[in-house]
Amino acid sequence: MELLTLLLPILDSTVRSATPLLLACLAGLYSERAGIFDIGLEGKMLASAFMSAAIAYTTGNVWVGLLAGIGASLALSAVHGLASITYRGNQLISGVAINFFAAGMAVVAAQSWFGQGGQTPRLTDESRFSPITLPFAETLQDTPIIGPIYYELISGHTLLVYVAMLAVPLTWFVLYRTRFGLRLRAVGENPSAVDTAGVSVIGLRFAAVAICGVLCGIAGAQLATAEPAAGFVKDMTAGRGFIALAALIFAKWRPWYALFACLLFGFLQAIALRPDQIELVLGFKVQLQLLDALPYILTVVILAGFVGKAIPPRAGGEPYVKER
Amino acid sequence: MNRLPRWIDLIIIPAISLLLAMLFSGLAIWSIGEDPFNAFKIMIDGSLRSTYGWGYTLYYATNFIFTGLAVSIAFHARLFNIGGEGQAVLGGLGVALICLYIPWPHWTLALVGASICGALFGAAWAAIPAFLQAKRGSHIVITTIMFNFIAAALLNFLLIGLLKPAKVMEPATAKFPEATNLPNLHEVLGLFGIPFSKATPANISLFVAIAACIVIWVLIWHTRLGYAIRSFGQSESAAKYAGISSTKIIMITMLISGALAGMMAINNVMGEAERLVLNAAEGAGFIGIAVALMGRSHPFGVFLAALLFGFLYQGGAELAFSTSIPREMVVVIQSLVILFTGALDGMVRAPIERLYLAMQKQKTVAE
Repeated sequence: MELLTLLLPILDSTVRSATPLLLACLAGLYSERAGIFDIGLEGKMLASAFMSAAIAYTTGNVWVGLLAGIGASLALSAVHGLASITYRGNQLISGVAINFFAAGMAVVAAQSWFGQGGQTPRLTDESRFSPITLPFAETLQDTPIIGPIYYELISGHTLLVYVAMLAVPLTWFVLYRTRFGLRLRAVGENPSAVDTAGVSVIGLRFAAVAICGVLCGIAGAQLATAEPAAGFVKDMTAGRGFIALAALIFAKWRPWYALFACLLFGFLQAIALRPDQIELVLGFKVQLQLLDALPYILTVVILAGFVGKAIPPRAGGEPYVKER
Repeated sequence: MNRLPRWIDLIIIPAISLLLAMLFSGLAIWSIGEDPFNAFKIMIDGSLRSTYGWGYTLYYATNFIFTGLAVSIAFHARLFNIGGEGQAVLGGLGVALICLYIPWPHWTLALVGASICGALFGAAWAAIPAFLQAKRGSHIVITTIMFNFIAAALLNFLLIGLLKPAKVMEPATAKFPEATNLPNLHEVLGLFGIPFSKATPANISLFVAIAACIVIWVLIWHTRLGYAIRSFGQSESAAKYAGISSTKIIMITMLISGALAGMMAINNVMGEAERLVLNAAEGAGFIGIAVALMGRSHPFGVFLAALLFGFLYQGGAELAFSTSIPREMVVVIQSLVILFTGALDGMVRAPIERLYLAMQKQKTVAE
């Protein structure tokens, strides 16, 4: 019981930290499964975080903000698609450019619109997502064990958290149980086979990049407009796009594994926020910098193939040339 | 032959890409209600019209020459080293350790020692991703990105712990001893009677960077190893057939690449800050990517592109100083240069290729 009261807040913030990671990770999953590497997840999240907060503040409506965030992220996706699908450019370089563009432009625009040193004004309650209390959460609160878990851990998150969680089975269904998903996976493995079957490689890849844009947009809105967040601050994604990329590799490009990878990395972020709690539970001090570096170290270990081999989609990173 | 002549590939296409990037940068400046032409004038005045401006421009350019060369040599072997940032950070650690813990009698010896140590640390940081790529097939882009973050965490750990002198709040090492301070450009040029501003961080490392350009040029085009690196980059299977070991080439190329990025620290850590601070590399590792793309991976091109980015950096600082355009505008301009010269190269190239071919055809018809 004692342990539960200690653990629950950490697990609760694990779910919250894992949400943007999970959305970005699934975004990358669609894109990379279709053969388009995307290291611009970070930039798209950041662009959406800024736009969603800025528009939510000016209109006072969080939904318009969410749409604007998704729009900003989609626009960057379109650039990525143009560069890497239409003009067969280098997908990695395009991603690097998008990350820089978002990092610079968000601050420039924020300074120009609000003049508060590159951030948006604080959002009030109408212009951000508030926690939802699930049915019976309060009545069940006093039930031993299940009550607090339901009340603290499962209930009381913002809508976007539940959207992210639902996106996992949905992604699984789309990828493995629909025709579109089959084609999407095929286009990342062997695009010429898809082309021979008379399906547009370019169309499929643009669709995948667009889905990636929408999911990154939601991830950014979650960062900036879902409580306890209250607006955009400079560089607020803080490498989450790269952690999501790491989680994607850790998950070997599979949706359910992605959930667990993001929960694990979210847990690492959550305990990094409360070093005192770890000391209480584990009984020794953990280096914060080690916690920061751990997702990256784990990913390198996975990539090195010492613990199971992560094999990327075979046509990943290569532009498709029809007439070979 | 459907190939473009070299002058179009090396001059016209980068020039048009650059123009496009400038056009969009102008639009970005205009969109926040500032005058792009005035902004451009301020940038030129602040970075090129005084030796003070030149001092900063050359200081930044020195950083970018090192990181640009690092990315370039990896490009020649068709490896994308995105980890220049982490390697430069580790290079800084190497330089700091050797400056702090070895009592150097004179700056010349210290410069040699620091260059070697910075290069070794940078190379070591590149060695693990290189090994994983060569032996385990792990994608070097992803591993080098991860190593950037691991480097940042490591430095964070060292600077608030072991390396921080007692009773100091700021996460930084102690000042390096006087004997390791490098002469700045004012003193160097003064020997030849050329007047130069005293107040700038540009220092003798600039000449080390220029020497590095020449060494890399010789290495790539005039040695057996350079030939092996280029043939590996052109076709891995052909190189293998010619008896070139891919493991060896990947390892050597990445070690040189990491060493160059690490050597950047003699400029920013030893030459300017004279101590190691957090985030000392300030993104120069990433600008190396833009510099290498812009310079077409040729050392001379890298030198010119580094000057261009040095100008952008110093000009951007002036912009932030005298207008309401934030410093981050430089990051936007930099991203547009990367986008147009790197990712959208095909968009610029295709119409020029078509135009050129049409003109050739007309010529043959006329004859």
